[in-house]
Amino acid sequence: MTDKVEIALTINGRTHRVAVEPRRTLADVIRDDCGQTGTHLGCEHGVCGACTILLDGEAVRSCLMFAVQAQNRDICTVEGLQNGPELHPLQKAFIAHHALQCGFCTPGFLMLAAGALERNPDIDDEELVDLLSSNLCRCTGYENIVKAVQAARAEMKAASMKVAP
Amino acid sequence: MTAPKSQIGASVPRLEDAPLVTGRGAFVGDIAFVHQLHMRIVRSSYAHGIITAIDTAAAQAVPGVVAVWTYKDIADLPPIDFREGSIEKLSPFRQPVLATDRVRYVGEPIAAVFAEDPYVAEDAADLVMVEVEELAPVLDAAEAAGEFSPGHSTEPVICRQGYGDVDAAFAAADAVVELDLAIGRHSGVPLETRGAIGRYDAARDVLELHGAAKVPHRNRESLAKMLGRSTAAVHLYEGHVGGGFGVRGELYPEDILVLVAAMRLGRPVKWIEDRREHMIAANQSRQQRHRIRAAVDRDGRILAIDDDFYHDQGAYIRTHGTRVADMSCGILPGPYRLPHYRVNGHFRLTNKTPAATYRAPGRYETNFVRERLMDAIAARLGLSRVEVRRRNLIAASEMPFERPLMALGDEVVLDSGDYEGLLDKALARCGWEELEREVAHRRAAGEYVGLGIAMYVEKSGLGPVDGVRINVDATGTVEVITGGASIGQGFETVIAQVCAETLGVDYRRIRVVHGRTDRIEYGIGAHATRATVMTANATHVAAGKVKAKALDMAAQLLQTEAARLDIVDGEVRLRDGAGGPSLSLGEIAQHLRPVSPTRGERDPGLAAEGWFTTKHMTYPYGVQVAVVKIDDGTGAVLIEKMMIAFDVGRAINPALVRGQLVGGFAQGLGGALFEEFQYDERGQPLSVTFADYLLPTVKDVPEIDILIAEDAPSACNPLGIKGAGEGGIAGAGAVIASAIDDALGGKGLITRLPVTPQRLKALIDASAHS
Repeated sequence: MTDKVEIALTINGRTHRVAVEPRRTLADVIRDDCGQTGTHLGCEHGVCGACTILLDGEAVRSCLMFAVQAQNRDICTVEGLQNGPELHPLQKAFIAHHALQCGFCTPGFLMLAAGALERNPDIDDEELVDLLSSNLCRCTGYENIVKAVQAARAEMKAASMKVAP
Repeated sequence: MTAPKSQIGASVPRLEDAPLVTGRGAFVGDIAFVHQLHMRIVRSSYAHGIITAIDTAAAQAVPGVVAVWTYKDIADLPPIDFREGSIEKLSPFRQPVLATDRVRYVGEPIAAVFAEDPYVAEDAADLVMVEVEELAPVLDAAEAAGEFSPGHSTEPVICRQGYGDVDAAFAAADAVVELDLAIGRHSGVPLETRGAIGRYDAARDVLELHGAAKVPHRNRESLAKMLGRSTAAVHLYEGHVGGGFGVRGELYPEDILVLVAAMRLGRPVKWIEDRREHMIAANQSRQQRHRIRAAVDRDGRILAIDDDFYHDQGAYIRTHGTRVADMSCGILPGPYRLPHYRVNGHFRLTNKTPAATYRAPGRYETNFVRERLMDAIAARLGLSRVEVRRRNLIAASEMPFERPLMALGDEVVLDSGDYEGLLDKALARCGWEELEREVAHRRAAGEYVGLGIAMYVEKSGLGPVDGVRINVDATGTVEVITGGASIGQGFETVIAQVCAETLGVDYRRIRVVHGRTDRIEYGIGAHATRATVMTANATHVAAGKVKAKALDMAAQLLQTEAARLDIVDGEVRLRDGAGGPSLSLGEIAQHLRPVSPTRGERDPGLAAEGWFTTKHMTYPYGVQVAVVKIDDGTGAVLIEKMMIAFDVGRAINPALVRGQLVGGFAQGLGGALFEEFQYDERGQPLSVTFADYLLPTVKDVPEIDILIAEDAPSACNPLGIKGAGEGGIAGAGAVIASAIDDALGGKGLITRLPVTPQRLKALIDASAHS
């Protein structure tokens, strides 16, 4: 065991001051020290992507980072995806397209797609499939995940057109 | 909101989804209790050996470690028993909670460390020294049996079934087709690993297991028996479950350990499996080798099948006993008329992780085996693969079709089905003849492209009985309390839809409670594709009673006859759109409160209990067609076209049925092409991460054309339902093998699953040289 260090993590706009061992992963600290358990751990070796979060807008595997590395960065988890009571277009689309069954991988897919659509609202289907192939789902066969992300892409695009005349 | 939207047959959105898309689910890792300890298991790193010493001193000395247990600390605990009760002959092969004198697989629990922090527990576990004198492992179930323990061989039993005069049929045959086929070891591999939290509530003297799944009530019975407690003093709580697939929710050593530790250490104990542990400690499945032969006449009609198979059970017999091997025997004949049949299933123990069920157990394997056989018969007799199947199908007019066979302890009675009808629909839908021409043309041009077909009978709705209780409160909210379980399949939505249809309320007003032994006394959970069939029918019965009671009370209040009333969207009103006063179910519930003066002689509460009993399972069935193209440079398989036709009797929510079929197929595709638990010659597992045990990704799963048929409602239940949960996966290995084999010229080269790129490349290279 090593000595704990005090760090401040900004998760979904809120600062959490916690004392953690330097070896503690970001995923464990988000879940167990900050209580944001929507970020899931499926493999802890960076393959399944269930723990995907946005770090300064970039999708990263939170199981492959130490929490101390995420200080002074902007962390967004699935709990921060919705806008007040209003679900994010991706969340709505996942429900409408039956893109989840057990729901364990869902937060990872949502964050992966949210980061990509934020960065490139015009992401094409081929790039989208490339992107989604970085996460694993064991229930759905992916078909409806792809459909849901496509639907959210269209909705977000339509919404942005309305805002920017 | 109008009510019909929520009725049976509508693809309504799921009730389950809101917490799951917002990160507010309650998976076992998300649950925490104050003062909880964390458990870490020390596992065997040898496949087979004698334990000569265990030294826990260094681990005990780590600050934060509360206890380290070996078998000596729990010597009073019996081995984990079979769910269906004791089976004397198999008892010596059960798994102890912690290894005693021998270890029999890499991953076997030897010691348990309990600490204040999971990182500390893991540190300390590394310091537990275990000395093992290595023994030669048994790794091939089809080779000569070895010794499990003194006096016990590694073949505890041979599962035998059959009927008729097989030898006479073979003597009279025009041709005998013989194959040697193998299915690799793979498993459910849910994205959420296992986990369990034991908590002892001394104030109530109740022992609680959180993180339960699949069969909470059955597991309560087993645990109570094992721990010497009343079932009233043991409660299981199911939260969200990150995939079940047969693997999750069985009783494992870790479940027992957290409970016993919670009592003895006086603090809640949490255990969360890591992925490597999952790959070596959770149930594996599927591995069988079949030496099968068929006697056929010159028209391709099967006279008899004679099968000897070797079932690789792994190191111990777990909660299922010999079920998978038994079911393999009972279900192997599939949709075909089979006059004579003999099967010997050699149930063998090996030094690998123990095996049990994985979605479509016994069917994924035998569908592959039987459909390979059908293709081989067609090739031998020069018949088309469709024609040889057609000639052997059981006709709709022969239903119900009784077979003198058993599956899951149930006599096999195929309750309803029009197999040829579904075959015709499937062939028309995919344009089979055109596909055949195209494939032949492209193959002639040098492409490795193939067309495959598989037919199969699924089973679902395992009884014998299920019950639910329904209660309507004063707000009109309907609570359906079931002993069923949710493993992510959409159970809550489906049960709510059935209740909504029967009772006449919007399905969103219904809360479905499941997986909690403290809310209902009995339940058999969610396994064997039974939940929708059994729990939905019980819900239908209970909702009918609630409706009758509501109408009776309303008739008094509205001064009319109950027969003139109906419930629409939660309001009791006159039938046929006649106007007049109405009453909400909430108001009626108020009138039925115990203290209500209007209640009269009626029992208090707008509530009822309903039970559904069935004699037999119900059998859905399917046809799968695939077109594949093989890259001859890499051995990679591209699925160009995929179709599944499946008759579910009656689809409660077609979108969810489709989701089951597509998702199941994707999972089965993994076992057909990539997934395999491999072991080296010393029994060391080689597939322990997602980098070496490959799950299909979005790029591997093709677009799938789904045809949901409702032509043969179940004859076993009033709603006519058959289950869909295993219908996609069951035929996946069979159809992919058929298509790949066709791509290689239909020579019967594909004899084992998975057909990995390496194996396929070797086959292509070998056939190019020959």
